[in-house]
Amino acid sequence: MTAEVLVQGLVSGLLMGFVYALIAAGLSLIFGLMEIVNFAHGEFLMGAMFATFWAWALLKLDPLVSLPLTVLLLALFGLLVYHGLIRWILGAPMLAQIFATFGLAIFLRAAAQALWGADFRLVKGPLVDGRISLAGIFIGLPQLVASVGALCAFGLLYWFIRKTETGLALQATSQDRQAAMLMGIDTQRMFALGWAIGAACVGAAGALLAMFFYIFPDVGATFALLAYVAVALGGFGNVPATLLAGVIVGIVEVLGGLLIAPALKYAVVFSLYLVVVLWRPQGLLGRF
Amino acid sequence: MPVATMLLDVRGVTKRYGGLVANSNISFQVGYGELVGIIGPNGAGKSTLFDLVTGFQPADKGQVLLEGESVTRLRPDEISRRGVARTFQKLKPFTQMTVVENVMVGAFQKTTVPARARREAMEALDRVGLADKAEAHARVLSTGQRKRLELARALATQPRLLLLDEVTGGVDQRSIPALVDLVRRLHGEGASLIVIEHNMSVIMGISQRIVALNLGEVIADGPPAVVGRDPRVVEAYLGQAYVA
Amino acid sequence: MPPVARWPVVRWTGAGTLLLLLLAFPLVFTQPHPRHVVITIFLFAMLAQAWNLLAGYCGQISLGHAVFFGAGAYTSTLLGKYFDLSPWIGMVVGAVVAVAVSQLIGYPVFRLRGHYFAIATIAVGEIVNTLMINWDWAGGARGLFVPIKRPDSLANLQFHQSKQNYYYIALGLLLLAFWITRKVEVSRMGYYLRAIREDQDAAASLGIPVAAYKQRAMALSAALTALGGSFYAQYILFIDPDSVFPTALSILICLVAVLGGIGTLWGPLIGAAILIPLGEWTRIYFGGTGKAVDLLIYGALIMLVSVIQPGGIMALAQRGRRRTG
Repeated sequence: MTAEVLVQGLVSGLLMGFVYALIAAGLSLIFGLMEIVNFAHGEFLMGAMFATFWAWALLKLDPLVSLPLTVLLLALFGLLVYHGLIRWILGAPMLAQIFATFGLAIFLRAAAQALWGADFRLVKGPLVDGRISLAGIFIGLPQLVASVGALCAFGLLYWFIRKTETGLALQATSQDRQAAMLMGIDTQRMFALGWAIGAACVGAAGALLAMFFYIFPDVGATFALLAYVAVALGGFGNVPATLLAGVIVGIVEVLGGLLIAPALKYAVVFSLYLVVVLWRPQGLLGRF
Repeated sequence: MPVATMLLDVRGVTKRYGGLVANSNISFQVGYGELVGIIGPNGAGKSTLFDLVTGFQPADKGQVLLEGESVTRLRPDEISRRGVARTFQKLKPFTQMTVVENVMVGAFQKTTVPARARREAMEALDRVGLADKAEAHARVLSTGQRKRLELARALATQPRLLLLDEVTGGVDQRSIPALVDLVRRLHGEGASLIVIEHNMSVIMGISQRIVALNLGEVIADGPPAVVGRDPRVVEAYLGQAYVA
Repeated sequence: MPPVARWPVVRWTGAGTLLLLLLAFPLVFTQPHPRHVVITIFLFAMLAQAWNLLAGYCGQISLGHAVFFGAGAYTSTLLGKYFDLSPWIGMVVGAVVAVAVSQLIGYPVFRLRGHYFAIATIAVGEIVNTLMINWDWAGGARGLFVPIKRPDSLANLQFHQSKQNYYYIALGLLLLAFWITRKVEVSRMGYYLRAIREDQDAAASLGIPVAAYKQRAMALSAALTALGGSFYAQYILFIDPDSVFPTALSILICLVAVLGGIGTLWGPLIGAAILIPLGEWTRIYFGGTGKAVDLLIYGALIMLVSVIQPGGIMALAQRGRRRTG
């Protein structure tokens, strides 16, 4: 394996890493707010990808064009899930919380299968297509755009959390729910907002991925697991840290595939999860 | 003092959380049959001290000796099996179990036979005055009753040393005297106890000795009358202005 | 919901009658299909019971339990295929392998709590699944065929003429699972497991070596699950990673236990008795898309149970009894 192949791999890992980071950010945000792991996060992504696909197939909308719509759609879906399901299990034992989103995941995946079948779909001829060559490294243009898009979305999220009043309220609720309540912050609204934003992140990621990734009912599963690893790496609840974490996951995935075996690359990533949570349960960067 | 008369020997125990020093070079002893009270304003490091002695947190420096044997690096369950029982400031009843089943979990430390454990559990419940609630679910108990339950559960392990973290915290005024009486009775029956307590009149009333903490350090160690008048203690609780 | 310390006469009579009915079932229903459905019910009830020991009684929610099922299935099949070992011995060895694997997994993973633990079990499940798909000596993605042995014999654990003997063996395994669970339930171990489930710190403060007991529960659970896996291999006569290691199987096992009543003795049987025929019905009624409709209903059920009554059907029944009693 040459240095060239290695660098090529690292670059593509880095690019994918930004997308993983965006997906993980949504997950981390939700967990930070209410200590619930959204086991259906992958299915949210799958939903966003299918929405983008159908917008392209039926309305001839390019993924980049339909992106804002997908984000909005997913945000609304996040709100729906919060009010329809999550709100009822906020105080419930952990078992109930795990199974609630777990059940949702199974339900959504099955619904997609029942509605659209198990076939692999692909958006053909997107606006952005082809490859470019940077210093001898080949980068697919859709991948690059997706990566940059994810980075921008991440930046937007970061700005929102750190610099806006609502964002600060979110942070406050996440750090100390009771204190936030005492300061007059409506925690229920914050929770709903958290779900909406978390879903919106995934919506953006899904729209971007749909430019070049195959779309099928089970597609969310692997991304979700990678997102869990990234969230654990960055520290559950630490949204900014997911950027670094996502990149690490992306790179480890590629390196695992190159250095060990392509079929085992996910096994390598999951092993990374186990190593991280055992050695440093609070993640590499801890909480906030 | 000869080793045999000291049940617990805490030597120079220190615990840091990042930049915050929770316990700094804390040393004190508890003799057999003694009731030692631990007082100190919020944040003084009292609960941390309990965690260190019972193995829930590792000490950075220092030693904890139980009857001369070091228990510093042991796990909580190992320390419990050596005869140290504790209650928690934030109560931890087993909510999905009945009252007697809760106590049986403690009793099982000394027996593997369920029927025996049940008998021992009922005895412990009797001692704390909860025997009539034996078959009730733990979650329907009031705070005062939960405190008794946790006490009974700890007693069922037949400990040599009992650590009580906040006896009266959260308990309504009417129920406090009965609880205090219970602790006095246990002491009278020969138990060795360390008690953390915020209620001054309670702790001063039942303790043979008081150890006062402030900002992680021991600032006084002696009989209640002496400690109560110690200027450092007064300052810690009420501020410089009140020091006579 | 605390387990009943002593079964009243009513319960013994009820259980006895049920047992008699189950014993008589294959004599009345001689067609293979009904027998197959009930055998599947027994199998899943048993797997759910095994999972229940770890998750229900001890509170450790494993979402990757298929690992042990597959370990049992593959061990007995590989031993039979390459070393011509009797499947009964293979079953026992499979259980031992599963226990070993469980201890290996448990040692690091049990240090995690709650969600971290659940995710870790999914991760382990996926890792093992991937490894098995790529392990060619063990058949890889193509799977393994259990060597056919004729004539039918108990020694070879293969029956081709009728499912009757499979039926009784499956029932036997279920009874074993029941018996073990009941024994644990009323023993010191049962109390300790439940204490760990409720509050690990309080449990430790009472002298319970928490990690050790988690490992024990895990070992018991893994062993039972593996027995089920070996039986499955001998029953279906073909195994591949997709049938014995997938997350979907782990999910189904959980659901059976949760629907029926997690942490109860009868929950797994009730859950299986409802879900398996339901699965069969959707498969028949919806044909190809049956699998998806299956999962659709499963997903909806899990959500409903977790929101309305995490204690499952058993908890609903208890509530009903308390109101009328």
